[in-house]
Amino acid sequence: MITLRPTSGWVAVDIAEIVRFRDLLYELASRDIRLRYKQTLLGIAWVVLQPLMAAGLLYFAFGLVAGMRNEQPHYFLFTFAGLLAWNLFSWTLSKASTSMVGNAYLVSKVYFPRIILPLSGTLSTLLDFGVSLVLMLALLAFYGVHPGMALWLLPILVVLVLLMALGAGLVAASLTVRYRDVQYILPMVIPFLLWASPVAYDVSRLTVEHQRWFFLLNPLAGLMVAFRWSILNAPPPPWWALAWSAIASVGLFVFGAATFSRTERGFADAL
Amino acid sequence: MPSSDLAVSVRGVGKRYVIRHDRFAPTTLAEAVAQRIRNPFSRQEREEFWALKDVSFDVQRGEVLGLVGRNGAGKSTLLKILSRITEMTEGEVDLHGRVGSLLEVGTGFNHELTGRENIFLNGTILGMTRAEIRRQFDAIVAFAGVERFLDTPVKHYSSGMFVRLAFAVAAHLRSEILIVDEVLAVGDQEFQRKCLGRMREVATDGRTVLLVSHNMAAVTSLCSRALVLRAGQLTFIGDVSGAAAEYASRDAKPLVGDLRNRFDRRGSGEIRCISLAVRNRSGELTHVVRPAEPFEIVVEYEAKTALRDVGFSIDVELLDGTRVSTLFSAFRNETFSIEEGHGTLSCQISGLPLRPDSYSLNVFIGAHSAVYDFVDRALTFDIESVDIFGTGRLPDAAHGPLIANFRWTA
Repeated sequence: MITLRPTSGWVAVDIAEIVRFRDLLYELASRDIRLRYKQTLLGIAWVVLQPLMAAGLLYFAFGLVAGMRNEQPHYFLFTFAGLLAWNLFSWTLSKASTSMVGNAYLVSKVYFPRIILPLSGTLSTLLDFGVSLVLMLALLAFYGVHPGMALWLLPILVVLVLLMALGAGLVAASLTVRYRDVQYILPMVIPFLLWASPVAYDVSRLTVEHQRWFFLLNPLAGLMVAFRWSILNAPPPPWWALAWSAIASVGLFVFGAATFSRTERGFADAL
Repeated sequence: MPSSDLAVSVRGVGKRYVIRHDRFAPTTLAEAVAQRIRNPFSRQEREEFWALKDVSFDVQRGEVLGLVGRNGAGKSTLLKILSRITEMTEGEVDLHGRVGSLLEVGTGFNHELTGRENIFLNGTILGMTRAEIRRQFDAIVAFAGVERFLDTPVKHYSSGMFVRLAFAVAAHLRSEILIVDEVLAVGDQEFQRKCLGRMREVATDGRTVLLVSHNMAAVTSLCSRALVLRAGQLTFIGDVSGAAAEYASRDAKPLVGDLRNRFDRRGSGEIRCISLAVRNRSGELTHVVRPAEPFEIVVEYEAKTALRDVGFSIDVELLDGTRVSTLFSAFRNETFSIEEGHGTLSCQISGLPLRPDSYSLNVFIGAHSAVYDFVDRALTFDIESVDIFGTGRLPDAAHGPLIANFRWTA
């Protein structure tokens, strides 16, 4: 028997309920994936082409025009590894943020734990990430670059990036239900974050003092540098920067999940 | 004291909506912040509205309970609370068993996906597991009769096939408690019969059904007991004939459509229609008009400010929502200057040559591109069944709503 009662204030995320609806999570994620490439000429090939083209563009602008490829060995791999982390972050964030408004017709018509929607978006992003990662490994083999022992850290780094993106995404999703402006602000904030993160450039170009501020102000930066450390055997980030990123990721996720579960009871009425 | 025979127990449930006044409500983040900074301590101007108040009832296991009431009586709100879509403001509900709710047919169906993909997607949305869907897959496909089109995207389905497939998925929901909205009212007669048959099967299965409907006939044929909601309150619970009497006597057709408590309206609210009434040729309030006889519709409004160039419109619709006519003042270049405060306007109609049936009226008030107020189904009225042709023969629904003045000659 379940008893329904009015709730108020902060409530815990009901994990058992999420587990009960795991099949819905799966179906929604597979819907996302199927729909994305229906009626496209190249279909699933876009999963590979998109990051390749983005990395190619960065290679042109920064590697060739700005001449960074002279100081960075394998600059193409460098940007591709950066984009791997960046795409994981930005896609998770933007999908989570639109998950409530974009699925308003579901939220106002059926019951299920609302957090299933942002989670399903994350799941479909993870698939894209997996494909990109395979491509990354192929590129590593092609260029003859050997990742070091830090490669074993990659799963942890992926989880941290996801937690940070989901945390921000859940806050954005809750806000979007009430204030649609968030939908318009986020597409401006995300490119801002892209340039504020070491995707196309190397942090070592900054002085040590500036690096400190950089890592402190942008907790995503530590994860980006660690990603390249893990995949390309590049120099690791300072340990404190990585620790700060980890704390920020977990903290942001807890805050996002709490905000979401506090506001989700009003979603159906507000959408 | 949870009895083992109890399926649903509703105790003192109420739901409050807060209506922010449009003029002051922040719609963007910047406005909200600015408002907080300007008046950090003042509350927004807001109005409370109880869509449901102090509703209590029990449903026994295996019972088919009907839930009837007019638009805005709180049926949908109660439904959404029981199916956990929205939260109640006060009270408690016990649910003994899994709840499946069908607020509409085909929730989450995606036109780009194939029939097969949609069965799984829609099934899990309704709360089934993939294993359950796999077990019932063949039954669902057979019920819908779409075997040959399983791997075709549903956008290529005819609307009939689409509805059949959507209903088939829902009909195989195996939850102990089933909450069904007026989804049965869609589709053709053949399909409705099939749906009703399926509902009866579900009920004889020993599962509990809560059926929400306008359609007293469907409720009478399916339910053993029914409850009547009126203005958010439970006014009757008991046998179906009693409920029908209660529904007909107090709820069926008020002479004046009081719109003050309708919160499901649209528009910016500078002016609101507060009531709608039909007067016959002799000026009496009525809800029955003879076909082609002159009558008038009286609109009572309240304006918060003075307004210019205001157009009024009444939409005449069949109860299934088919538009029959739109009496929009601007079509005749008739717009009005409105003073602040109370007032009435009337629309004289030289006659509506319509088939005897019930019709509903929507009311719209607007200017240029602005919508001040729109209320769906503000009032229903009947066209009286009279022997128009003097032959004792009348067209029925299949012949269309309009009765033209015609004559055949050789």
